[in-house]
Amino acid sequence: MTDHDDTRPHMPLGLALRGYTGVIQHLSTKDTGSALSDIELESRLIELGFVEGARVEVLHEGLVGRDPIAVRVDSITIAVRRREAMAIIVA
Amino acid sequence: MEAPLLHLALVGTPNSGKTSLFNALTGSRQKVANYPGVTVERKEGFFVTPLGRQVSVVDLPGTYSLRGRSPDEEITRDFVLGKASGEIVPDLVLCVADSTNLRLTIRLLLELKRTGRPMILVLNMFDIASRRGITVDVERLAKELGVPVVTSIAVRKGGTADLLALTDEISAKLASEPQENSWRALSVSELRATQREADRIIADCVSLPARPDTWTARIDAVVLHPVGGLIVLALILFVMFQAVFAWAQPAMDLLKSGFDALGELVKATLPDGLLQSFLQDGVISGVGSVIVFLPQIILIFLFILLLEDFGYMARAAFLMDRIMGGAGLHGRAFIPLLSSFACAIPGIMATRVIDNKRDRLTTILIAPLMTCSARIPVYTLIISAFIPAKDVWGFINLQGLVMFGLYTTGIVSALAVSFVIKFFMIRDYAPAPFMLELPDYKMPRLKSIAIGIYTRAKMFLQRAGTTIFSMMVLIWFLASFPQPPAGSTEPAIDFSLAAMIGKALEPLLAPVGFNWQIAVALIPGMAAREVAVAALGTVYAIEGGKEAAEQIGQVLATKWSLATALSMLAWYIFAPQCASTLAVIRRETGSWGWMAVTFTYMLVLAYAASLVTYNVAVALGAG
Repeated sequence: MTDHDDTRPHMPLGLALRGYTGVIQHLSTKDTGSALSDIELESRLIELGFVEGARVEVLHEGLVGRDPIAVRVDSITIAVRRREAMAIIVA
Repeated sequence: MEAPLLHLALVGTPNSGKTSLFNALTGSRQKVANYPGVTVERKEGFFVTPLGRQVSVVDLPGTYSLRGRSPDEEITRDFVLGKASGEIVPDLVLCVADSTNLRLTIRLLLELKRTGRPMILVLNMFDIASRRGITVDVERLAKELGVPVVTSIAVRKGGTADLLALTDEISAKLASEPQENSWRALSVSELRATQREADRIIADCVSLPARPDTWTARIDAVVLHPVGGLIVLALILFVMFQAVFAWAQPAMDLLKSGFDALGELVKATLPDGLLQSFLQDGVISGVGSVIVFLPQIILIFLFILLLEDFGYMARAAFLMDRIMGGAGLHGRAFIPLLSSFACAIPGIMATRVIDNKRDRLTTILIAPLMTCSARIPVYTLIISAFIPAKDVWGFINLQGLVMFGLYTTGIVSALAVSFVIKFFMIRDYAPAPFMLELPDYKMPRLKSIAIGIYTRAKMFLQRAGTTIFSMMVLIWFLASFPQPPAGSTEPAIDFSLAAMIGKALEPLLAPVGFNWQIAVALIPGMAAREVAVAALGTVYAIEGGKEAAEQIGQVLATKWSLATALSMLAWYIFAPQCASTLAVIRRETGSWGWMAVTFTYMLVLAYAASLVTYNVAVALGAG
């Protein structure tokens, strides 16, 4: 599914810095600290195109705490807070 | 026999160009209202197909799914399912997609299909997609999806011809028996499966160019830069302020002199008496004092719609999200609060972009604390009468400094109130997540913007106008009755109910340094803040007019102490004195309760601020 090296470490997108590119491995909505319930958060992320195998690139960061981030997800750009992006595991 | 009205519904994700398509189909034949019981805007328009079929089309709120996570999205779901109260089940659903960005819409369409409603997929903005080298195999897409597909260019003349022809074709053979609805809320795994299916279909039917839109990337490199982006935002805001305060002025002056001339005409043609006074003071100057703000409202909405159409609004929310988050506000609250500097009414109306109910409520509650343009006449009058025009530290004008201080106090108080609301009232609530699509930039389309401004201006005149009119009649009545006894020399207002109320209120207002004349002026000031200036003039028996404004200042300077003047300024930062703002809050929150909360908290703040200001000023020897 990916053309990335399988040995590349998995990490939450919420920790990625500007310029990071990767592929979504899976969603893990437990303990992100988001105000949304796990299921609601997962549903919303999928609805915005964050599905397994999608290519992501962190395009921009906010001024305060590098938050929120603007992420290119395949062909669209989505703004999310890092807190919610912690649920997106990429490599 | 004529065929019955055909009912269409437009469904699509946000940014799909749904509204431009709606505008292209219906032009200005639109009706804007609210759905019963909720504050979601209901937009319906009408047109006639090439074969002469009468069509009504409803523009449903944008949504990514039918789950209904906000009041807007619930309306869309219920409407499509035919469960919305008092609504007719749509005969045909038009699912609108941005052709440059099909992923999310195709998934929505697969979900919509389960409702069993007859449907057409409209590939909108097809010209932009072609220009970017995106090709779509329309026939194959229709076959894979199992619904008819048509391309459209909403913003071009004739760009909807294919859609109109297809509507005629399909409506001729619509089955009248009810269709099977197998929709139910999707589980996470079904959602994922649907997105996979959508991605597969897109891979089969759509070829994307190797490189994405370079313009958007180039603009974003500047506009979303952590520091540069905020500078750009500040520049845009500066131009917006400049426009609202300076460019609108000639048009406002023109309107004002128009109403003045009309008032003079009434005075000249009608005999002195009640009818003349009612028309001139009650109707013309009262309603006129509100309509004068129309140029500012139009300009504010021009900017908002231009920036929205261009795709900048989502970026402004992105830049401000964390900065406003500190005070418990959502990034999307930024634009509504900004608009409130012109007038809280369009500002509160603009809170509709905030999908979380509580975030929206907080924004509505603090919007009236932003210094609106109606306070400017009051501030200007008092400042020029009491604050010397000298420089401090050699280069800052003291009058300008006081004005700046009044604005800043308003903003700081708004943030403080928001913080208090977050802390005490809604404390069990973590901030709503900020998840927002940043759409590709698009050239704003003038026709669509013109229609948008027209519908909003009409709404402002109709709704605020009717409220103001009834308030004005009431205030005119209070200020005119009972009539002075024949031969009396004092101003007529001294004998009126308004004066009685003013004198009754005086003991309450004495601690903040207000006399009964101010109390009387505060009453007509309820209709619109700046009316208080004219009312003070009336109370001090001075003729109105532009030159008189300076005279009122001179009279005030002799009758009020500096402490009273400062107290009045402090009062006006907070005072909930605008009946139309309160009326809009009632409508937008759907509750008298929240209107009462707003009124009370602002009144308490106003009284406290004036009390402190007056007493400190007296203690410092300004009494």
